[in-house]
Formats: sequence, structure tokens, C-alpha cells
Amino acid sequence: MPATFTIQELESWNERILALVKDFGLECYPQEFEICDHEQMLAYMVYSGMPSHYPHWSYGKNFEKLKTLYDYGVSGLPYEMVINSSPAIAYLMRDNSLLLQVLTIAHVYGHNDFFKNNFTFKTTRAEYTIETFKAHANRVRHYTEDPSIGLEKVEPVLDAAHALSLQCRRNLAIRKPSQEEDVQRRLAESAPAPDPFHAIHRRKDYVAPDLNRVPLYPEEDLLLFIRDHNPLLSDWEKDLLTIVHEEAQYFIPQIETKIMNEGWASFWHKRILDTLGLPQGMQVEFIVRHNQVLSPAKGSINPYHLGIKIWEDIERRWNEPAREDGRPRTKTGREKIFEVREVERDASFLRRYLTEDLIRELNLFEYQNRGGDQVVARVADDENWRAIKETLIRNVGTGTIPAIKIEDADYNKNRVLFLKHHHDGRDLQLEYAEKTLRYLHQLWGHEVVLDTEINGKQSLLAFADDKLTIKPVH
Amino acid sequence: MNTVFRSYDSSSGQRSDRCAGDRQRHREKVHEAIRQNIADIISEESIIGKDRDRIIKVPIRGVKEYRFVYGDNAPGVGQGGADTQPGQVIGKGEQGAEGQQAGDRPGVDYYETDVALDELIDMMFEDLELPYLERKHLRQIQVEQLYKRKGYRKKGIRIRLDKRRTAVSRVKRKKAVQRADAFALRPQRFPFHKDDLVYRHTVTEIRRESNAVVACIMDTSGSMDTMKKYLARSFFFLLYRFVCTKYQNVEIVFVAHHTEATEVTEDEFFHKGEAGGTFISSGYRKALEIIEQRYHPSLWNVYVFHCSDGDNFESDNTAALQAAKDLAAVSNLFGYGEIKPLGSGYYGSSMIQFFSQLEADNFQTVQIQRKEDIWPAFKGFLSRERARDDAA
Repeated sequence: MPATFTIQELESWNERILALVKDFGLECYPQEFEICDHEQMLAYMVYSGMPSHYPHWSYGKNFEKLKTLYDYGVSGLPYEMVINSSPAIAYLMRDNSLLLQVLTIAHVYGHNDFFKNNFTFKTTRAEYTIETFKAHANRVRHYTEDPSIGLEKVEPVLDAAHALSLQCRRNLAIRKPSQEEDVQRRLAESAPAPDPFHAIHRRKDYVAPDLNRVPLYPEEDLLLFIRDHNPLLSDWEKDLLTIVHEEAQYFIPQIETKIMNEGWASFWHKRILDTLGLPQGMQVEFIVRHNQVLSPAKGSINPYHLGIKIWEDIERRWNEPAREDGRPRTKTGREKIFEVREVERDASFLRRYLTEDLIRELNLFEYQNRGGDQVVARVADDENWRAIKETLIRNVGTGTIPAIKIEDADYNKNRVLFLKHHHDGRDLQLEYAEKTLRYLHQLWGHEVVLDTEINGKQSLLAFADDKLTIKPVH
Repeated sequence: MNTVFRSYDSSSGQRSDRCAGDRQRHREKVHEAIRQNIADIISEESIIGKDRDRIIKVPIRGVKEYRFVYGDNAPGVGQGGADTQPGQVIGKGEQGAEGQQAGDRPGVDYYETDVALDELIDMMFEDLELPYLERKHLRQIQVEQLYKRKGYRKKGIRIRLDKRRTAVSRVKRKKAVQRADAFALRPQRFPFHKDDLVYRHTVTEIRRESNAVVACIMDTSGSMDTMKKYLARSFFFLLYRFVCTKYQNVEIVFVAHHTEATEVTEDEFFHKGEAGGTFISSGYRKALEIIEQRYHPSLWNVYVFHCSDGDNFESDNTAALQAAKDLAAVSNLFGYGEIKPLGSGYYGSSMIQFFSQLEADNFQTVQIQRKEDIWPAFKGFLSRERARDDAA
């Protein structure tokens, strides 16, 4: 099928869009657009847009799934795909109409600005993204092709590492303390507090901290911890764990800012296209497409819709001359949204800017599983809107990943790995927990014990000798 | 800030099936998973007696990607309308750990995959790791004699002269001569030479076909109930499918017997109930008669299988043993399956013990009590054939 546009057309639209991008104050990485067909798009989606990525069967599985959904018309393809790198690379599907390309280009600049400026992305080293992924791919392929290792050894390690990859630190803007700093902190904590009445008080007995405990503080980076503390792993296994960990860390910011990021890009594509002065035919198509993408998803959450609603609401409220309590605003709406896009992530964004009015306007409700059905439990009324908001906050970003930390690597003085699930009212899915513990056991090489809560009872899930045992804690 | 557009390159579009390797590996994993569960799948009623083109849903374990995820008691938030009320059901949750439907929640993997029945059967027999059965030469019949072109020769009979190639080789020779001596006087004529002649070469190819017949004998006396028939049917089905993978031309014969035996159609075989007692020998004699008339062992590989509940009249036992001996002599493999579902009560008479007197190395008895026994029994049954093949 011949394309319905030429590169020259795209370039001239792009120039006009770029002028607006500058006017509005968006600040982007250099941008590259690549025109691709739908098969290529599917492949890019599977590998998160990366031009080069290490092979693993799970990507093949994902491809089949996406292709089936696409072929049967269950889901369309995204109009755009953009990766956080410098230059930012975006893919445009050549079968789309000119309007969709223009819309996508504007949308992509929104993401690009967000990648460059939001604080969560500061640690992703965008200028090295492409090279890093390529180097990872080369290393994995190298191990696969090494006759002394081969796919049959590489694959189980990758399977296990993938299962645990998201069990890592969530807020990467906070620097991870070094071992030395942890020791100092431990010592400082156990030092007796200064006592102004030391002359008359008996001095407290000094209890020396146990500095031999591993880890000193609960550890969230499961893969890195295993890499550093399992002496039986060979170098290539350690390298695979590193690769999978680094890749997961690269994606954590995108998980953490899904609603903000999509909302921000939608907010700006709308603003840009409204200002662009589209010819009438394109204007009508724009409204249709925009409403398709941003229609609320019945029964679930459409991050585009929720995101743009909040951004628009913030801008509107700060453009009003006075705050709700009557004091004057110090920032304009525009200034405010640029500040917010820099310093928040989804959880804090919703907590600060999802107002009661918005919750009511969007008809948000909370559902629970009851006997196999999803049943509406709360609707947005006076009593419940706060609870709904809390539930929503726990279901965005890394809130959907159970927080599991390593407490002790030498539990019972027996090299048993002891982990604690920080239970927040949501139980683990047991079948998945069992299989994941099996992977953990595979990598650790000794028994692993997970402390969690099942149906309100504190329990220990111990995985050893190829089976899981569940013991309640008394 | 500058922007770059890279245009679509159709050649790279054709080249860049970068996912092919990973898809292939995924498919291998799916097949592995199916193979591991093959016994479960076989014992599912749905595949027996269905069309070979049918697509069946096979539950998959082992290709899921596990992570720590929240279970059923994690609430979620959705967007509704103004009319959304507490207590309203908005969808189905996950049905326990082994849910039947594809999950609609993010992070829930598909549990089932589609496999063509034929593909599944191939996998089943692959699982048996049987050596390729050598077809008996005597039992192959020549079905076709073909003349097939195969290359060219300098010599041949006139009728096979390839005029076009002959002309081409003359032109070649002419050009060669001209190039060798460009200044030579161009000859008036450049006639064909013996060396220019090219003949088509043909070879005779004989296609042989191997034939097999599967004779299914079943006791349809009053004591054979639906469950027993179902088990028998499953076994026959596997045997038939197996023989089909090994021979080009497979026929199937159904013999139903109580005190008398008749040849019946497949439908009657499985669905017609009869009353009365059992003379096993009658069924065997009938099968022998059919084999004698239509499927002579010099031309056909004969597979005979008999299913019964072992409830034979005492007086018939000696005759049955003799008939079984005769049948074993004419067949490649002769099996007797005794079907005694659990809880069907203990019958004093079991033909398995009685048949142990029969000493033929291609005779095999199996006992089936439950659905789950079918596959192991079938494997055991074929292992006899394998042992025989190895010895031969």
C-alpha cells in the first residue's frame, strides 16, 4: 500500500510543530522518526522499541499474542512508539493517515520533553540507551554461542532473572548507600544518644551492632544481591543477572510515570494541534482520533484519559486568580504544570492533584473480587472518595509490584535466604509465588524462605528440595 | 534541536523479522509443555473420535512467566458511569489458579493454546520414540510405474532428441570457433555435428505402497457398558492413528461379537448395544475369515486388537485360544485388552490369565481400568512390536 504522505510533507508539518513546541516551552532531546510497517511495529513493541535487544522466548510469546490480537482486530496498534534515549527514537506506522502522523509527532514531543525533564528519568542515562541495549544483546548472544555455555544454560538463568527483575529499588533518584555508608549508619544508630545529665545518670550499656549481618539493611535489589553474595555463580551468570537488572531499572521510571507521561503527551498534542490551524478535513479527523485515544475505559483506567484530565485541571486551577482558601496564586497554570512534570511521579501526582471533584467527575469506583466476580465495592461519594483514591494510588506504578526485601542471607546460620513481604492488605498469588520462589531458589542455590501473610495469617513460605512448604507463624 | 526522518525501506522490512528466533523458541516450549502433559490430554474425552483437522484447546503449563503478583484480594479502581452502584458485577475475576478462560487482567497469561489434532497425534507418537517400522517387502505392492526425466545424455534414441538444447550447443560451438579465430573466413555453412546432439534421459521409478489393516474386535455383549466401550474406543482410536502414521494405505474393520460375530460399521460398533452371552472365539473366527478373504497377509500388514471385559463362557475358552493362535499367526501384532473399570465388580473369569498359555511373540495382553491407563497400556502394547523389530 502506498503511503498517503511524503517525507517532505512530514518535514514541513514537523517544522511548524517544532516552532510551537519551542513557544510552549517544551524542552526536548533531539528527535528521530523512523517510518515502519505494522510487522516491524509489532517487533518494536515486543522489544520495547529497542533497535537491538537480547533474544529470549518470552518476546516471541509476546509477539504471537500481540499479533493474534491485532489480526483478529481485538486491539489496534499504537499510533506511536517512542523510546527514552537521546536522541529519542520514535516509530511512525506508514499505513496511517497524514493526520495521524501529525498527531503522533506532536504527541512524541510531549513524551520526549517528559523523558528529558522528569526527575525519575535522571538515572536512565538516555544518551547511552541504544548502545547499552546493544551491548547487552551482544553479551547474551556471546554466551549463547559459547560452546561451553549455550542456550540451554543461558535460558534458565534468564527465565529466573526475568521473574525477579522488578524486585528492585523503586525510587532511583535516591542514591543507594555504599556498604561503607551502611556500616557508618549502623554504628551511628547504635551509639548512645547524647545525654545532658550524664553526670547523674548511669551510662547505658553499649550494645555493639552486628556488623556481620548480611545485608545490614533490608535489600530490595534481589538480583544484585544474589549476584554479589552467591559465590557459586560463574562470571557469565553474574553478568546475565546484571543485564536483566539494568534493563528492569531502565524501565522503572516508565512504570512509575505511566499516567503522568501519557497525560502530558496527550495534553500537548491537543494544545499543539489546536494551535496549528489544521485544514478542515484534518481537523475533523483529529477530533475523532483524539476522542478515540482519550475515551474513558469502562471498568478500568485509561491512563491517557485520567492523565490529561488531571493536567488540564491543574492548569485551570492555577490560572484562577485565587486559591480555594482565598490567598493569591504565586504561579500561573503553565508554570505550575512544568514544575509538576519535573518533580512528581504517578503516586505523588495522584495524591496531590487528583481532587475530590475530579474523582466524582470521572465516576471512579473501587471493585473487589467476590466469588470469581469483580464487584463494585465503593463509588465516589462523600464517605468513599478518599478510600478510592488510596486504592488507585496503590495500583499505579510500582505499587502493583509486591514489596519484597531480603532480610537475612544466613537465616538459621545455614545460608538460607530470608525475605520479607511488606504486606499491605494484598496477599500474594500463591501459585505465582511458588513458581517465583523456585526461580529464586535456583539462583540462590539454597533454601529460600519468604515471610508473608496469607488470609490474615503470618506465614512462612519455604522453598527447598523442589517443593514449597507453608508454615504459619505463631 | 534537530529532527531526523528516516523513510521506510521495504527491503529492510522484509529482512527484519528479528523476532523469528524468539517465536521459534517459544513454539518449542509450547510443544515441550504439551508433550509433558500428553497423558492428560489423551484421557480427555474430547479428542477421541474427532476429525483429524479439528483444532483442540490444550492447556499449557510451563510457558507462563511467573513473578510475584497480588492475588484475589487486591482491590482495583475503574472508571464507571453516573449509574454505577455498589454491588454491581462488572466482570469476571480470575477463576482460581487454573482458570479456564483467558485472563482479562493484566499480567495474567493465556492458559490454552490451539493445536491441530494431527499435530498432537504426531507429537504423541514422537513421544513413544519408536523406531521407524520397516515395511515388509513382500507386503508392498507396486502401485505405479513412472517414467521420470532425469538429466541429459550425449547418446540416446532418436525419439528423445532434445532439439532446443541441440541447437543451443551448436550455437555455442560456433561462437567458440569464431572467438578462437576472429579473422578466419566465415564459413558458408556451419552444420550440426554429432557432438551437438543432446538426448533427454529418463529413469523408471516404481512407487510402492504399503498396506495395513486394523481389525477392531469388540465384545458387545450385555456386560459391556458405555464406559467400557468408551475405553475400548479410545484404545482403538490410538491404534488406528498409530498405524496411519506408519502405512500409506490403512483400512479399518470392525467386528462386533457376542455369541455370534458380525462385521459392522464404525457407528454401529460403538453405539449398538447387544444383549446376551459371549463367545470370544466367534469374533476371532470372523476376523480370520475377513482377513482371509480381503486382507491376505502376504499383501497386508495386519493389526488386530480385541477389547472385552473378560467375561467369556467357560465352554468357549479352548476354542478361543485356538482361534487366537491362528490370528496371531497371520497378524503383525495381535492384542487383547481387558477392560475392567474400577468398581465394576470382580468377575471370576479373566481371559488374561487364560491367554497366558498362548505363546506367540506378537501377542500382548493389556488391562485397562481407568482413562489414565490408556496411554501407558498403549505404550506397553507397542513396546512388543518394538522389541520384535529390534530382534529382527
